[in-house]
Amino acid sequence: MAKKFDIDIFSKWCKGCGLCIAICPKKVLELSEQVKSVPVRPDDCIGCHQCDNVCPDMAITVKERD
Amino acid sequence: MPREDVKKLLRTKFMPHIWCPGCGHGIIMHAILRALADLKIPQDQICISSGIGCSSRMPGYIDACTLHTAHGRSLAFATGVKMANPGLTIVNVMGDGDGTAIGGNHFIHACRRNIGITAVVMNNNIYGMTGGQASPTTPEGAFASTAPYGAVDPTFDICKLAEGAGATFVARATVAQPAMCEQILKKAILHQKKGFAVVEIVSFCHTQFGRKNKRSRPMDNFNFLKDNSVMKAKADTMTAEELKGKIIIGEFVNIEDAREYTERYDEVIARAQKA
Ligand SMILES: Cc1ncc(C[n+]2csc(CCOP(=O)(O)OP(=O)(O)O)c2C)c(N)n1
Ligand code: SF4
Ligand code: SF4
Ligand code: SF4
Ligand SMILES: [Mg+2]
Repeated sequence: MAKKFDIDIFSKWCKGCGLCIAICPKKVLELSEQVKSVPVRPDDCIGCHQCDNVCPDMAITVKERD
Repeated sequence: MPREDVKKLLRTKFMPHIWCPGCGHGIIMHAILRALADLKIPQDQICISSGIGCSSRMPGYIDACTLHTAHGRSLAFATGVKMANPGLTIVNVMGDGDGTAIGGNHFIHACRRNIGITAVVMNNNIYGMTGGQASPTTPEGAFASTAPYGAVDPTFDICKLAEGAGATFVARATVAQPAMCEQILKKAILHQKKGFAVVEIVSFCHTQFGRKNKRSRPMDNFNFLKDNSVMKAKADTMTAEELKGKIIIGEFVNIEDAREYTERYDEVIARAQKA
């Protein structure tokens, strides 16, 4: 079975810049009404860490699901 | 929150940081922290120094020995720190204005000396902090608050400047390659034992530069950098005409047998003591 991942976004630090949303190859993330990034399709995540690495506010961690 | 070893290097009580949403400088800080965490350098053995500018706000957020100094003068302070404590790992961050305009002289002479410091030039092609004045890296024809009809002056190529001045490690990446930034930074930090390492990271300031140049959103700038980056190996096969407006990324100089300044200085001390 393919690995699954959890994307944790610390909303207090997220400034809603949208970089993570635009960069995600699997369209896992979306901007909420509160202008924060939220993982709406976590099951599609492939754990590439691109959203994490690009976040200028260091708000994201991506971890393999136990 | 970032992964644990990166979080450990942050003064979390000062987060979120002051930079605008999406500012390229945050991507650079993140890459520096991942590089330092991967190299497992103890916090009290790391010194982060800076001058003045949006870029230079970085040391305030990093939980290590930090130094926020005078505009253009960070390398002079960093040189003093290195001379007093050669064992420290020093990452000196500066903006394009800080490092190549007011601080240009300190920059070339630190390169010439080959002192063991890793200098990161966070090049957003503008004076971000003070309202978008043109810097030595504002492209010809680009708009700035001091260039309302387009910048006239030709630009500095920071990597060529560093190479010409004698830096023994020189490389460039853009914030559109965060993983490559991390890899280059790791090499440049390890190079401190051999001497002065310069890493130009092309960043962006959508607030002061982008708004005047049809790239007002962070993503417009990110895509611009991504689309215009060319790896050095590929660039070597291209003509000057084809390379116009492109950003060449990769490693330009890496002199493995270079001799670092504090070591050579110790030899002078030994000679003087014998005399
Ligand atoms: C001696 C001195 N001259 C001028 C200034 C005003 N000043 C502050 S930051 C800055 C330029 C910042 O540009 P850059 O180094 O590119 O950093 P950025 O904000 O773009 O990251 C200037 C001119 C100053 N603080 N001190
Ligand atoms: S990149 Fe970071 S700050 Fe920007 S929207 Fe995503 S989580 Fe928020
Ligand atoms: S790790 Fe990759 S696939 Fe998963 S959310 Fe982040 S960018 Fe998307
Ligand atoms: S003004 Fe420009 S450089 Fe300064 S924080 Fe905002 S986007 Fe970044
Ligand atoms: Mg600048």
